Amino acid sequence: MPVIRAILERFRSVVEGVQDLTLFTVETLRALFSRPFYLRETIHQLHFAAIGSLLIVLVSALVAGQALAIQLVRELANSGVKGQLGHFMVISVVRALGPVLVGMVVASRMSAGITAEIGAMRSSDQLDALVAFGTDPIRRLVVPRVIALVIALPALTILGDALAVIGGGWVGLQYHLPIESYYAGVFKFLTPKNLLVGMIKPFAFAVLIAIVACWKGFRSEGGAKGVGVSTTQSVVIASVGILVTDGICTRLIFRLLGW
Amino acid sequence: MIEFRHVDFSIDGNAILRDVSFSVARGRTTVILGPSGSGKSTILRLLLGLYHPDAGSIFVDGVDVTHINASRWREIRSRMGMVFQQGALFDSMTVGENVGYALLEANGDDEVEVAPAVRHYLELVGLDPYLIDRMPDQLSGGMQRRVAIARALAARDPMILLYDEPTTGLDPQSAERITDLIVQLRDQQGKTAIMVTHDIPDAFKVADAMTILEQGRVVFEGSPDALISVSTPFINQFLAPFRTAMGAASRRFEAATRRGAPPRTDPQRGGTP
Repeated sequence: MPVIRAILERFRSVVEGVQDLTLFTVETLRALFSRPFYLRETIHQLHFAAIGSLLIVLVSALVAGQALAIQLVRELANSGVKGQLGHFMVISVVRALGPVLVGMVVASRMSAGITAEIGAMRSSDQLDALVAFGTDPIRRLVVPRVIALVIALPALTILGDALAVIGGGWVGLQYHLPIESYYAGVFKFLTPKNLLVGMIKPFAFAVLIAIVACWKGFRSEGGAKGVGVSTTQSVVIASVGILVTDGICTRLIFRLLGW
Repeated sequence: MIEFRHVDFSIDGNAILRDVSFSVARGRTTVILGPSGSGKSTILRLLLGLYHPDAGSIFVDGVDVTHINASRWREIRSRMGMVFQQGALFDSMTVGENVGYALLEANGDDEVEVAPAVRHYLELVGLDPYLIDRMPDQLSGGMQRRVAIARALAARDPMILLYDEPTTGLDPQSAERITDLIVQLRDQQGKTAIMVTHDIPDAFKVADAMTILEQGRVVFEGSPDALISVSTPFINQFLAPFRTAMGAASRRFEAATRRGAPPRTDPQRGGTP
Protein backbone atom coordinates (compact mmCIF):
# COMPACT_ATOMS: atom_id res chain seq x y z
CA MET A 1 0.00 0.00 0.00
CA PRO A 2 2.66 2.54 -0.90
CA VAL A 3 0.06 4.94 -2.35
CA ILE A 4 -1.96 5.06 0.87
CA ARG A 5 1.24 5.41 2.88
CA ALA A 6 2.33 8.30 0.64
CA ILE A 7 -1.08 9.99 1.04
CA LEU A 8 -0.95 9.59 4.83
CA GLU A 9 2.60 10.89 4.89
CA ARG A 10 1.57 13.91 2.82
CA PHE A 11 -1.41 14.55 5.10
CA ARG A 12 0.83 14.32 8.17
CA SER A 13 3.31 16.82 6.69
CA VAL A 14 0.46 19.24 5.83
CA VAL A 15 -0.90 19.01 9.41
CA GLU A 16 2.60 19.57 10.81
CA GLY A 17 3.06 22.50 8.43
CA VAL A 18 -0.20 24.13 9.55
CA GLN A 19 0.80 23.62 13.18
CA ASP A 20 4.22 25.16 12.58
CA LEU A 21 2.73 28.10 10.66
CA THR A 22 0.27 28.72 13.52
CA LEU A 23 3.09 28.80 16.08
CA PHE A 24 5.12 31.08 13.81
CA THR A 25 2.11 33.42 13.48
CA VAL A 26 1.60 33.53 17.26
CA GLU A 27 5.31 34.30 17.74
CA THR A 28 5.08 37.08 15.14
CA LEU A 29 1.97 38.62 16.71
CA ARG A 30 3.69 38.57 20.10
CA ALA A 31 6.79 40.23 18.60
CA LEU A 32 4.62 42.92 16.96
CA PHE A 33 3.86 44.40 20.36
CA SER A 34 7.31 44.24 21.97
CA ARG A 35 10.55 46.17 21.64
CA PRO A 36 12.91 46.75 19.91
CA PHE A 37 11.16 48.14 16.83
CA TYR A 38 13.23 48.30 13.64
CA LEU A 39 12.01 51.55 12.09
CA ARG A 40 14.68 51.79 9.40
CA GLU A 41 14.08 48.21 8.24
CA THR A 42 10.31 48.85 8.25
CA ILE A 43 10.71 51.95 6.06
CA HIS A 44 13.01 50.02 3.72
CA GLN A 45 10.45 47.23 3.41
CA LEU A 46 7.60 49.73 2.96
CA HIS A 47 9.50 51.28 0.08
CA PHE A 48 10.12 47.83 -1.43
CA ALA A 49 6.48 46.79 -1.06
CA ALA A 50 4.69 50.03 -1.98
CA ILE A 51 6.91 51.85 -4.45
CA GLY A 52 8.30 48.64 -5.92
CA SER A 53 4.84 47.20 -6.59
CA LEU A 54 3.18 50.45 -7.66
CA LEU A 55 3.72 50.23 -11.42
CA ILE A 56 2.65 46.59 -11.84
CA VAL A 57 -0.42 47.18 -9.65
CA LEU A 58 -1.49 50.25 -11.62
CA VAL A 59 -0.97 48.62 -15.01
CA SER A 60 -2.72 45.38 -13.94
CA ALA A 61 -5.65 47.28 -12.41
CA LEU A 62 -6.10 49.54 -15.44
CA VAL A 63 -6.08 46.63 -17.89
CA ALA A 64 -8.28 44.40 -15.70
CA GLY A 65 -10.76 47.27 -15.16
CA GLN A 66 -11.04 47.84 -18.89
CA ALA A 67 -11.47 44.10 -19.59
CA LEU A 68 -14.22 43.88 -16.98
CA ALA A 69 -15.95 46.98 -18.34
CA ILE A 70 -15.90 45.59 -21.89
CA GLN A 71 -17.61 42.40 -20.63
CA LEU A 72 -20.18 44.38 -18.64
CA VAL A 73 -21.03 47.16 -21.05
CA ARG A 74 -22.05 44.84 -23.88
CA GLU A 75 -24.40 42.85 -21.64
CA LEU A 76 -25.80 46.02 -20.06
CA ALA A 77 -26.32 47.59 -23.50
CA ASN A 78 -28.18 44.47 -24.67
CA SER A 79 -30.44 44.79 -21.62
CA GLY A 80 -30.90 48.51 -22.23
CA VAL A 81 -29.24 49.58 -18.95
CA LYS A 82 -25.83 50.74 -20.20
CA GLY A 83 -26.04 53.67 -17.77
CA GLN A 84 -25.61 51.22 -14.89
CA LEU A 85 -21.96 50.55 -15.86
CA GLY A 86 -20.59 52.78 -13.06
CA HIS A 87 -22.75 50.98 -10.52
CA PHE A 88 -21.62 47.52 -11.67
CA MET A 89 -17.98 48.58 -11.88
CA VAL A 90 -17.96 49.82 -8.27
CA ILE A 91 -19.62 46.68 -6.95
CA SER A 92 -17.30 44.38 -8.97
CA VAL A 93 -14.06 46.28 -8.50
CA VAL A 94 -14.27 47.79 -5.02
CA ARG A 95 -15.96 44.86 -3.32
CA ALA A 96 -14.44 41.87 -5.11
CA LEU A 97 -12.00 42.17 -8.01
CA GLY A 98 -9.77 45.03 -6.76
CA PRO A 99 -8.58 43.57 -3.45
CA VAL A 100 -8.03 40.10 -4.93
CA LEU A 101 -6.30 41.37 -8.06
CA VAL A 102 -3.97 43.70 -6.15
CA GLY A 103 -3.43 41.01 -3.49
CA MET A 104 -2.42 38.49 -6.16
CA VAL A 105 -0.09 40.89 -7.95
CA VAL A 106 1.60 41.96 -4.72
CA ALA A 107 1.73 38.35 -3.45
CA SER A 108 3.49 37.13 -6.59
CA ARG A 109 6.13 39.81 -6.22
CA MET A 110 6.53 40.10 -2.45
CA SER A 111 6.18 36.41 -1.52
CA ALA A 112 8.91 35.42 -3.94
CA GLY A 113 11.17 38.29 -2.87
CA ILE A 114 10.75 37.81 0.87
CA THR A 115 11.09 34.00 0.83
CA ALA A 116 14.11 34.06 -1.46
CA GLU A 117 15.85 36.72 0.64
CA ILE A 118 15.22 35.06 4.01
CA GLY A 119 15.86 31.60 2.58
CA ALA A 120 19.24 32.75 1.27
CA MET A 121 19.99 34.27 4.68
CA ARG A 122 19.17 30.96 6.29
CA SER A 123 21.30 28.88 3.95
CA SER A 124 24.28 31.22 4.51
CA ASP A 125 23.92 31.12 8.33
CA GLN A 126 22.87 34.79 8.52
CA LEU A 127 19.80 33.91 10.60
CA ASP A 128 22.00 32.04 13.08
CA ALA A 129 24.38 35.00 13.06
CA LEU A 130 21.49 37.29 14.07
CA VAL A 131 20.68 34.98 17.00
CA ALA A 132 24.36 34.83 17.95
CA PHE A 133 24.37 38.64 18.16
CA GLY A 134 21.35 38.59 20.47
CA THR A 135 18.84 39.68 17.82
CA ASP A 136 15.44 38.03 17.56
CA PRO A 137 15.12 37.26 13.81
CA ILE A 138 11.31 37.43 14.03
CA ARG A 139 11.46 41.01 15.33
CA ARG A 140 14.22 42.01 12.94
CA LEU A 141 12.93 40.39 9.74
CA VAL A 142 9.27 39.38 10.06
CA VAL A 143 7.68 42.26 11.98
CA PRO A 144 8.95 45.02 9.61
CA ARG A 145 7.68 43.05 6.60
CA VAL A 146 4.26 42.48 8.16
CA ILE A 147 3.90 46.16 9.08
CA ALA A 148 5.13 47.29 5.66
CA LEU A 149 2.61 45.11 3.83
CA VAL A 150 -0.24 46.04 6.18
CA ILE A 151 0.38 49.68 5.22
CA ALA A 152 1.26 49.14 1.56
CA LEU A 153 -1.42 46.68 0.42
CA PRO A 154 -4.52 48.69 1.43
CA ALA A 155 -2.94 51.81 -0.10
CA LEU A 156 -2.15 49.95 -3.33
CA THR A 157 -5.68 48.51 -3.33
CA ILE A 158 -7.18 52.01 -3.19
CA LEU A 159 -5.00 53.11 -6.11
CA GLY A 160 -5.70 49.89 -8.02
CA ASP A 161 -9.47 50.25 -7.48
CA ALA A 162 -9.30 53.85 -8.69
CA LEU A 163 -7.37 52.92 -11.84
CA ALA A 164 -9.72 50.00 -12.61
CA VAL A 165 -12.78 52.27 -12.27
CA ILE A 166 -11.11 54.94 -14.42
CA GLY A 167 -10.35 52.24 -17.02
CA GLY A 168 -14.04 51.32 -16.99
CA GLY A 169 -14.90 54.96 -17.66
CA TRP A 170 -12.72 54.96 -20.80
CA VAL A 171 -14.48 51.85 -22.05
CA GLY A 172 -17.85 53.50 -21.32
CA LEU A 173 -16.82 56.49 -23.46
CA GLN A 174 -15.98 54.17 -26.34
CA TYR A 175 -19.52 52.76 -26.05
CA HIS A 176 -20.97 56.31 -26.05
CA LEU A 177 -21.76 56.36 -22.34
CA PRO A 178 -21.46 59.97 -21.09
CA ILE A 179 -18.70 60.33 -18.54
CA GLU A 180 -21.00 62.28 -16.16
CA SER A 181 -23.47 59.41 -16.20
CA TYR A 182 -20.73 56.86 -15.55
CA TYR A 183 -19.24 58.74 -12.58
CA ALA A 184 -22.67 59.52 -11.16
CA GLY A 185 -23.20 55.75 -10.93
CA VAL A 186 -19.72 55.28 -9.48
CA PHE A 187 -20.15 57.85 -6.69
CA LYS A 188 -23.71 56.78 -5.93
CA PHE A 189 -22.57 53.28 -5.07
CA LEU A 190 -19.23 54.21 -3.49
CA THR A 191 -20.87 53.87 -0.09
CA PRO A 192 -19.12 53.31 3.27
CA LYS A 193 -20.48 49.74 3.36
CA ASN A 194 -19.10 48.90 -0.08
CA LEU A 195 -15.76 50.48 0.86
CA LEU A 196 -15.74 48.51 4.13
CA VAL A 197 -16.22 45.23 2.26
CA GLY A 198 -13.34 46.07 -0.05
CA MET A 199 -10.96 47.57 2.47
CA ILE A 200 -11.00 44.92 5.20
CA LYS A 201 -9.69 42.22 2.87
CA PRO A 202 -6.31 43.85 2.02
CA PHE A 203 -5.35 43.89 5.70
CA ALA A 204 -6.00 40.15 5.98
CA PHE A 205 -4.17 39.51 2.67
CA ALA A 206 -1.16 41.57 3.83
CA VAL A 207 -0.74 39.60 7.05
CA LEU A 208 -1.17 36.34 5.12
CA ILE A 209 1.38 37.21 2.40
CA ALA A 210 4.03 38.48 4.83
CA ILE A 211 3.77 35.68 7.38
CA VAL A 212 3.65 32.85 4.83
CA ALA A 213 6.60 34.30 2.88
CA CYS A 214 8.73 34.79 6.01
CA TRP A 215 7.76 31.36 7.39
CA LYS A 216 8.75 29.63 4.16
CA GLY A 217 12.05 31.52 4.16
CA PHE A 218 12.79 30.58 7.77
CA ARG A 219 12.03 26.91 7.10
CA SER A 220 13.93 26.79 3.81
CA GLU A 221 16.40 23.88 3.66
CA GLY A 222 18.80 22.41 1.14
CA GLY A 223 20.71 25.37 -0.28
CA ALA A 224 19.81 27.06 -3.56
CA LYS A 225 17.44 24.27 -4.64
CA GLY A 226 15.66 24.39 -1.30
CA VAL A 227 15.28 28.17 -1.53
CA GLY A 228 13.74 27.73 -5.00
CA VAL A 229 11.25 25.16 -3.71
CA SER A 230 10.33 27.33 -0.72
CA THR A 231 9.85 30.36 -2.97
CA THR A 232 7.49 28.46 -5.26
CA GLN A 233 5.53 27.09 -2.29
CA SER A 234 5.34 30.54 -0.76
CA VAL A 235 3.78 32.06 -3.91
CA VAL A 236 1.34 29.14 -4.31
CA ILE A 237 0.24 29.20 -0.65
CA ALA A 238 -0.18 32.99 -0.68
CA SER A 239 -2.20 32.92 -3.95
CA VAL A 240 -4.52 30.11 -2.85
CA GLY A 241 -4.69 31.64 0.63
CA ILE A 242 -5.86 34.97 -0.83
CA LEU A 243 -8.73 33.28 -2.68
CA VAL A 244 -9.74 31.28 0.41
CA THR A 245 -9.45 34.33 2.68
CA ASP A 246 -11.48 36.36 0.18
CA GLY A 247 -14.28 33.79 0.33
CA ILE A 248 -14.23 33.66 4.14
CA CYS A 249 -14.02 37.46 4.53
CA THR A 250 -16.88 38.03 2.08
CA ARG A 251 -19.17 35.62 3.93
CA LEU A 252 -18.25 37.07 7.32
CA ILE A 253 -18.65 40.69 6.25
CA PHE A 254 -21.97 40.03 4.50
CA ARG A 255 -23.24 38.30 7.64
CA LEU A 256 -22.02 41.21 9.81
CA LEU A 257 -23.70 43.76 7.53
CA GLY A 258 -26.90 41.67 7.40
CA TRP A 259 -26.84 41.45 3.58
CA MET B 1 35.36 28.13 31.58
CA ILE B 2 33.57 25.95 29.01
CA GLU B 3 32.69 22.36 29.71
CA PHE B 4 30.69 19.70 27.89
CA ARG B 5 29.57 16.81 30.12
CA HIS B 6 28.25 13.65 28.47
CA VAL B 7 26.39 15.57 25.77
CA ASP B 8 24.21 13.63 23.32
CA PHE B 9 22.59 15.32 20.33
CA SER B 10 20.63 13.97 17.40
CA ILE B 11 18.70 15.37 14.42
CA ASP B 12 15.68 13.43 13.14
CA GLY B 13 16.83 10.35 15.04
CA ASN B 14 20.38 10.48 13.62
CA ALA B 15 22.96 10.69 16.40
CA ILE B 16 25.31 13.62 15.74
CA LEU B 17 27.11 13.72 19.11
CA ARG B 18 27.40 10.81 21.54
CA ASP B 19 28.55 11.21 25.14
CA VAL B 20 30.78 14.18 24.29
CA SER B 21 32.81 15.52 27.21
CA PHE B 22 35.65 18.01 27.08
CA SER B 23 36.63 21.30 28.69
CA VAL B 24 38.26 24.54 27.58
CA ALA B 25 40.38 26.53 30.04
CA ARG B 26 40.17 30.34 30.28
CA GLY B 27 42.50 32.18 27.91
CA ARG B 28 43.33 29.01 25.96
CA THR B 29 42.59 28.02 22.39
CA THR B 30 41.11 24.58 21.90
CA VAL B 31 40.91 23.16 18.41
CA ILE B 32 38.23 20.63 17.61
CA LEU B 33 39.46 18.43 14.80
CA GLY B 34 37.72 15.72 12.88
CA PRO B 35 36.65 14.65 9.43
CA SER B 36 33.62 16.21 7.73
CA GLY B 37 30.35 15.15 9.35
CA SER B 38 31.92 14.25 12.67
CA GLY B 39 29.84 16.83 14.59
CA LYS B 40 32.43 19.59 15.03
CA SER B 41 30.26 22.56 14.02
CA THR B 42 27.35 21.15 16.04
CA ILE B 43 29.41 21.70 19.20
CA LEU B 44 29.62 25.44 18.47
CA ARG B 45 25.89 25.63 17.71
CA LEU B 46 25.10 23.88 20.99
CA LEU B 47 27.36 26.34 22.78
CA LEU B 48 25.47 29.28 21.22
CA GLY B 49 22.08 27.77 22.07
CA LEU B 50 21.15 27.37 18.40
CA TYR B 51 20.66 23.66 19.17
CA HIS B 52 19.69 22.04 22.44
CA PRO B 53 21.27 18.78 23.63
CA ASP B 54 19.18 15.62 24.08
CA ALA B 55 21.17 14.70 27.18
CA GLY B 56 24.14 15.93 29.21
CA SER B 57 25.13 19.42 30.33
CA ILE B 58 27.03 22.38 28.90
CA PHE B 59 28.67 24.86 31.26
CA VAL B 60 29.81 28.39 30.39
CA ASP B 61 31.62 30.21 33.20
CA GLY B 62 30.15 27.71 35.66
CA VAL B 63 26.55 28.25 34.47
CA ASP B 64 24.67 25.20 33.18
CA VAL B 65 23.20 26.61 29.97
CA THR B 66 21.22 23.49 29.16
CA HIS B 67 17.97 24.66 30.72
CA ILE B 68 18.10 28.47 30.79
CA ASN B 69 15.46 30.85 29.42
CA ALA B 70 15.74 33.15 26.38
CA SER B 71 16.83 36.28 28.27
CA ARG B 72 19.55 34.35 30.12
CA TRP B 73 20.69 32.98 26.77
CA ARG B 74 21.07 36.52 25.44
CA GLU B 75 23.28 37.34 28.41
CA ILE B 76 25.41 34.21 27.91
CA ARG B 77 25.70 34.86 24.16
CA SER B 78 26.88 38.39 24.88
CA ARG B 79 30.10 36.85 26.24
CA MET B 80 30.72 35.02 22.98
CA GLY B 81 31.67 36.06 19.48
CA MET B 82 31.09 33.64 16.64
CA VAL B 83 32.86 33.53 13.30
CA PHE B 84 30.68 31.39 11.07
CA GLN B 85 31.82 29.14 8.27
CA GLN B 86 31.98 31.32 5.12
CA GLY B 87 31.66 34.41 7.37
CA ALA B 88 27.83 34.70 7.31
CA LEU B 89 28.12 38.45 6.77
CA PHE B 90 24.79 40.24 6.39
CA ASP B 91 24.79 40.72 2.63
CA SER B 92 22.28 43.58 2.65
CA MET B 93 24.59 45.66 4.87
CA THR B 94 27.91 47.38 4.20
CA VAL B 95 31.14 46.21 5.79
CA GLY B 96 30.82 49.02 8.33
CA GLU B 97 27.25 48.06 9.22
CA ASN B 98 28.33 44.43 9.59
CA VAL B 99 31.25 45.18 11.87
CA GLY B 100 29.24 47.67 13.89
CA TYR B 101 26.08 45.54 13.90
CA ALA B 102 25.86 44.94 17.64
CA LEU B 103 26.94 48.52 18.42
CA LEU B 104 24.29 49.90 16.04
CA GLU B 105 21.68 47.71 17.71
CA ALA B 106 22.66 49.11 21.08
CA ASN B 107 22.99 52.74 19.92
CA GLY B 108 19.83 52.98 17.87
CA ASP B 109 21.45 52.97 14.43
CA ASP B 110 23.72 55.98 15.11
CA GLU B 111 26.38 55.22 12.49
CA VAL B 112 28.43 58.34 13.22
CA GLU B 113 28.84 57.29 16.84
CA VAL B 114 30.02 53.76 16.08
CA ALA B 115 32.24 54.65 13.09
CA PRO B 116 35.48 55.07 15.14
CA ALA B 117 34.96 51.67 16.79
CA VAL B 118 34.28 50.07 13.41
CA ARG B 119 37.50 51.55 11.98
CA HIS B 120 39.42 50.34 15.05
CA TYR B 121 38.23 46.74 14.65
CA LEU B 122 38.85 46.77 10.90
CA GLU B 123 42.43 47.88 11.57
CA LEU B 124 42.78 45.27 14.30
CA VAL B 125 42.07 42.49 11.80
CA GLY B 126 44.41 44.04 9.25
CA LEU B 127 41.84 45.61 6.94
CA ASP B 128 41.93 49.12 5.57
CA PRO B 129 39.11 51.27 7.02
CA TYR B 130 38.34 52.55 3.51
CA LEU B 131 36.45 49.26 3.05
CA ILE B 132 33.79 50.52 5.45
CA ASP B 133 31.31 51.40 2.68
CA ARG B 134 31.89 48.31 0.55
CA MET B 135 29.35 45.50 0.36
CA PRO B 136 30.46 42.02 1.47
CA ASP B 137 30.23 40.58 -2.06
CA GLN B 138 32.83 43.12 -3.20
CA LEU B 139 35.45 41.56 -0.91
CA SER B 140 37.65 38.48 -1.36
CA GLY B 141 36.93 35.36 0.73
CA GLY B 142 39.84 36.11 3.07
CA MET B 143 38.69 39.70 3.58
CA GLN B 144 35.13 38.52 4.29
CA ARG B 145 36.45 36.14 6.94
CA ARG B 146 38.44 38.96 8.56
CA VAL B 147 35.37 41.22 8.52
CA ALA B 148 33.52 38.38 10.25
CA ILE B 149 36.20 38.25 12.94
CA ALA B 150 36.05 42.04 13.33
CA ARG B 151 32.25 41.79 13.69
CA ALA B 152 32.60 39.10 16.36
CA LEU B 153 35.16 41.19 18.26
CA ALA B 154 33.20 44.42 17.99
CA ALA B 155 30.02 42.80 19.27
CA ARG B 156 30.59 43.22 22.99
CA ASP B 157 34.32 42.63 23.21
CA PRO B 158 33.57 38.97 23.97
CA MET B 159 35.88 36.89 26.13
CA ILE B 160 35.05 33.71 24.21
CA LEU B 161 35.58 33.44 20.45
CA LEU B 162 34.18 30.58 18.41
CA TYR B 163 35.62 29.96 14.96
CA ASP B 164 33.81 27.58 12.61
CA GLU B 165 36.24 26.48 9.89
CA PRO B 166 37.70 29.99 9.58
CA THR B 167 40.23 29.09 6.89
CA THR B 168 38.20 26.67 4.77
CA GLY B 169 38.19 27.61 1.10
CA LEU B 170 40.86 30.29 1.44
CA ASP B 171 44.17 30.47 -0.40
CA PRO B 172 47.25 29.65 1.76
CA GLN B 173 48.23 33.30 2.27
CA SER B 174 44.74 34.35 3.38
CA ALA B 175 44.46 31.29 5.62
CA GLU B 176 47.78 32.12 7.24
CA ARG B 177 46.66 35.69 7.91
CA ILE B 178 43.55 34.36 9.62
CA THR B 179 45.43 31.89 11.82
CA ASP B 180 48.01 34.58 12.68
CA LEU B 181 45.12 36.79 13.75
CA ILE B 182 43.62 34.05 15.94
CA VAL B 183 47.00 33.50 17.64
CA GLN B 184 47.43 37.27 18.05
CA LEU B 185 44.02 37.62 19.70
CA ARG B 186 44.85 34.86 22.15
CA ASP B 187 48.35 36.13 22.97
CA GLN B 188 47.58 39.86 23.14
CA GLN B 189 44.01 39.91 24.42
CA GLY B 190 43.80 36.65 26.35
CA LYS B 191 40.64 35.52 24.53
CA THR B 192 39.38 32.01 25.14
CA ALA B 193 38.70 30.34 21.82
CA ILE B 194 37.34 27.21 20.25
CA MET B 195 38.29 26.65 16.64
CA VAL B 196 36.63 23.96 14.60
CA THR B 197 38.61 22.78 11.61
CA HIS B 198 39.69 19.79 9.59
CA ASP B 199 42.88 21.55 8.52
CA ILE B 200 45.60 19.86 10.57
CA PRO B 201 48.46 22.37 9.98
CA ASP B 202 46.16 25.26 11.01
CA ALA B 203 45.14 23.29 14.09
CA PHE B 204 48.73 22.74 15.21
CA LYS B 205 49.51 26.41 14.61
CA VAL B 206 46.84 27.82 16.92
CA ALA B 207 46.03 25.06 19.42
CA ASP B 208 46.86 25.00 23.10
CA ALA B 209 44.66 21.93 23.38
CA MET B 210 43.03 19.60 20.90
CA THR B 211 39.88 17.53 20.89
CA ILE B 212 39.39 15.01 18.10
CA LEU B 213 35.97 13.73 17.08
CA GLU B 214 35.17 10.57 15.21
CA GLN B 215 31.51 10.01 14.26
CA GLY B 216 30.29 12.20 17.10
CA ARG B 217 32.54 10.73 19.80
CA VAL B 218 35.61 12.30 21.42
CA VAL B 219 38.55 10.03 20.65
CA PHE B 220 41.31 12.33 21.89
CA GLU B 221 41.59 15.29 24.27
CA GLY B 222 44.98 16.72 25.15
CA SER B 223 47.86 18.90 24.02
CA PRO B 224 49.19 19.01 20.42
CA ASP B 225 52.41 17.37 21.64
CA ALA B 226 50.44 14.55 23.22
CA LEU B 227 48.52 14.07 19.94
CA ILE B 228 51.77 13.53 18.01
CA SER B 229 52.68 10.63 20.27
CA VAL B 230 49.24 8.98 20.20
CA SER B 231 48.88 5.98 17.95
CA THR B 232 45.41 4.62 17.30
CA PRO B 233 44.17 3.41 13.91
CA PHE B 234 41.80 6.39 13.49
CA ILE B 235 44.26 9.06 14.60
CA ASN B 236 47.07 7.51 12.51
CA GLN B 237 44.80 7.52 9.47
CA PHE B 238 43.54 11.05 10.17
CA LEU B 239 47.03 12.50 10.69
CA ALA B 240 48.67 10.45 7.90
CA PRO B 241 48.44 13.12 5.15
CA PHE B 242 49.86 15.72 7.54
CA ARG B 243 52.71 13.45 8.68
CA THR B 244 53.51 12.50 5.09
CA ALA B 245 53.60 16.16 3.99
CA MET B 246 55.74 17.15 6.97
CA GLY B 247 58.10 14.22 6.34
CA ALA B 248 58.46 15.09 2.67
CA ALA B 249 59.11 18.76 3.43
CA SER B 250 61.66 17.82 6.06
CA ARG B 251 63.48 15.42 3.71
CA ARG B 252 63.59 18.05 0.94
CA PHE B 253 64.95 20.64 3.35
CA GLU B 254 67.64 18.26 4.62
CA ALA B 255 68.61 17.29 1.06
CA ALA B 256 68.85 20.92 0.01
CA THR B 257 70.94 21.72 3.10
CA ARG B 258 73.28 18.77 2.34
CA ARG B 259 73.82 20.10 -1.19
CA GLY B 260 74.90 23.33 0.46
CA ALA B 261 72.09 25.39 -0.99
CA PRO B 262 69.02 26.62 0.83
CA PRO B 263 65.66 25.75 -0.75
CA ARG B 264 65.27 27.86 -3.88
CA THR B 265 62.13 29.87 -4.50
CA ASP B 266 60.68 29.52 -7.97
CA PRO B 267 59.36 32.96 -8.92
CA GLN B 268 57.03 31.43 -11.52
CA ARG B 269 55.38 29.03 -9.09
CA GLY B 270 55.76 31.07 -5.94
CA GLY B 271 57.02 28.15 -3.82
CA THR B 272 59.96 25.83 -3.28
CA PRO B 273 60.72 23.61 -6.26
